[in-house]
Amino acid sequence: MSISLAAEHGKPLVDDRAQSPLAIRGMTVSYGQKPAVFSVDMTVRAGAMTAIIGPNGAGKSTLLKAALGILTPLAGTATVLGKPVATQRHRIAYVPQRASVDWDFPTRVIDVVLMGLYPQLGLLGRIRATHRAKAAECLARVGMEDFAQRQIGQLSGGQQQRVFLARALAQDAELYLLDEPFAGVDAATEKAIISVLKSLRDAGKTVVAVHHDLSTVAEYFDDVFIINTRRIAEGPVAEAFTPRILQEAYGGRLATAQMDAIGASAG
Amino acid sequence: MSGAEFVPLSLVPMLIGICVAVACALPGNFLVLRKQALIGDAISHVILPGIVVAFLLTGAVTTWPMLFGAAGAAVVAVVVIEAVVRLGRIEPGAAMGVIFTAMFAAGVLLLEQSDTSSVHLDVEHALYGNLESLIWLDAVGWSSLFDRQALAGLPVELPRMAATLLFVAAFIALFWRPLKISTFDEGFARTVGIRTGPLGFALVIVAAIAAVAAFDAVGSIIVIAMFICPPAAARMMTNRLEHQLLWSAVFAVVSAVAGYTLAAFGPLWLGLSASVSAAGMIATLSGIILALAAMFGPHRRRGAG
Repeated sequence: MSISLAAEHGKPLVDDRAQSPLAIRGMTVSYGQKPAVFSVDMTVRAGAMTAIIGPNGAGKSTLLKAALGILTPLAGTATVLGKPVATQRHRIAYVPQRASVDWDFPTRVIDVVLMGLYPQLGLLGRIRATHRAKAAECLARVGMEDFAQRQIGQLSGGQQQRVFLARALAQDAELYLLDEPFAGVDAATEKAIISVLKSLRDAGKTVVAVHHDLSTVAEYFDDVFIINTRRIAEGPVAEAFTPRILQEAYGGRLATAQMDAIGASAG
Repeated sequence: MSGAEFVPLSLVPMLIGICVAVACALPGNFLVLRKQALIGDAISHVILPGIVVAFLLTGAVTTWPMLFGAAGAAVVAVVVIEAVVRLGRIEPGAAMGVIFTAMFAAGVLLLEQSDTSSVHLDVEHALYGNLESLIWLDAVGWSSLFDRQALAGLPVELPRMAATLLFVAAFIALFWRPLKISTFDEGFARTVGIRTGPLGFALVIVAAIAAVAAFDAVGSIIVIAMFICPPAAARMMTNRLEHQLLWSAVFAVVSAVAGYTLAAFGPLWLGLSASVSAAGMIATLSGIILALAAMFGPHRRRGAG
């Protein structure tokens, strides 16, 4: 049953949260006087790969963190298939920004991947051979099987990002949220990550990634969500990723040449 | 040295030293990795006014009121530090520095203004404790360990510190996984349902309990040193958190045993008559171990980034 709510821009607004793997309503987050994210609605399409884009400081990461409950928003809700995120954590895997942790932490690659199994293991559950096999398999999917025993500080940026992705894979989630998974990684890693994400999508999972590189949006993603503190646009790349909308989001920060390139790549 | 001398005079202080050192070093590993090492320092300073107030209210130096006073002061400090960070928008290290020196200074003033001359409570005691005075008068030798009557005369600090060590170790064993995950990656920890706020608070409370229990027996110098030196040295011996905790416990025990022995007998070996402060020597040794680990530890150079 769909409930007809108030009309917005003359269109009837339908409550489609029950079908969406991640629906955000009225999200407002502030770090000080100025809101970083203001009254943002977002409805992620199931089984799609969505890019969250916007200029620096537009609130992309903040929106994800608030939706996940990592930050406490001033207002707003986030639901997974219509139910509060806090009750649906088993359906979600989150990959934070690589630079958000101290890679000097005394632990090995395999231990980081095993952290993804914490919801299964609980406080004192024993790590069994099946858990280790699962972790090893996830490492293999990102091409890191030979690094299982390495200390994480010895990895390159790209390798660290792959380990984070392997940890998310170990969670066996339905919704994968990634914060800038391609930031500071080598070309081979970028390829490896996107192929893993596409295979997740093809298996019916939903992928949402904060993304920086406008030139690859059309190639990598199905949908795009454009934010600059407020929501600017949302929808399939072909409809929402247009020069006019980007100009609105980025203002003068996009050079005309860039715009042309985007226009061409978006077809 | 014979058992008849060692057991009554040195065994108990040594065991208490070991319990204190390990009870502080274990949570210290997490505090150091969370860049909160100063919290141990802060706690051991802020409890002084709490202990003095408890003494002024009860008029006696007794265990439980002092523990409650110290715990109360620690909680007040945590709340005030948090308030200074949030309201003043000051970084946590600076806020801690301001609050713990201010509270320690207030404790010293209170101590000087009040009549504590009749009891064993003064600034020196607060710094060095009185490890050497915790002797076991009922013991006559190793056989006393199996003598119920003699065991009843054990200084109360020993069972209290042993219980504290057990409590600290049990907390870390039980919450090992959430502690490890949230120390490494707090954002991720929240998304898998770990309540990182209460857990971080619990870690500080456990560290505070260790510090308060240790304070009376050994003073604040050992407590500060043991929160930081053994964990920091242990980090340079291994790249695995599990092994780091074991190394930190080993370093803590070595500091306590060797430090006590050197303090009690070192000056004699040098031909001097007096002994030096055990607390000071234990803390110094832990610092020397840290320096050695920094120079020769196998994992002192780590990959950048």
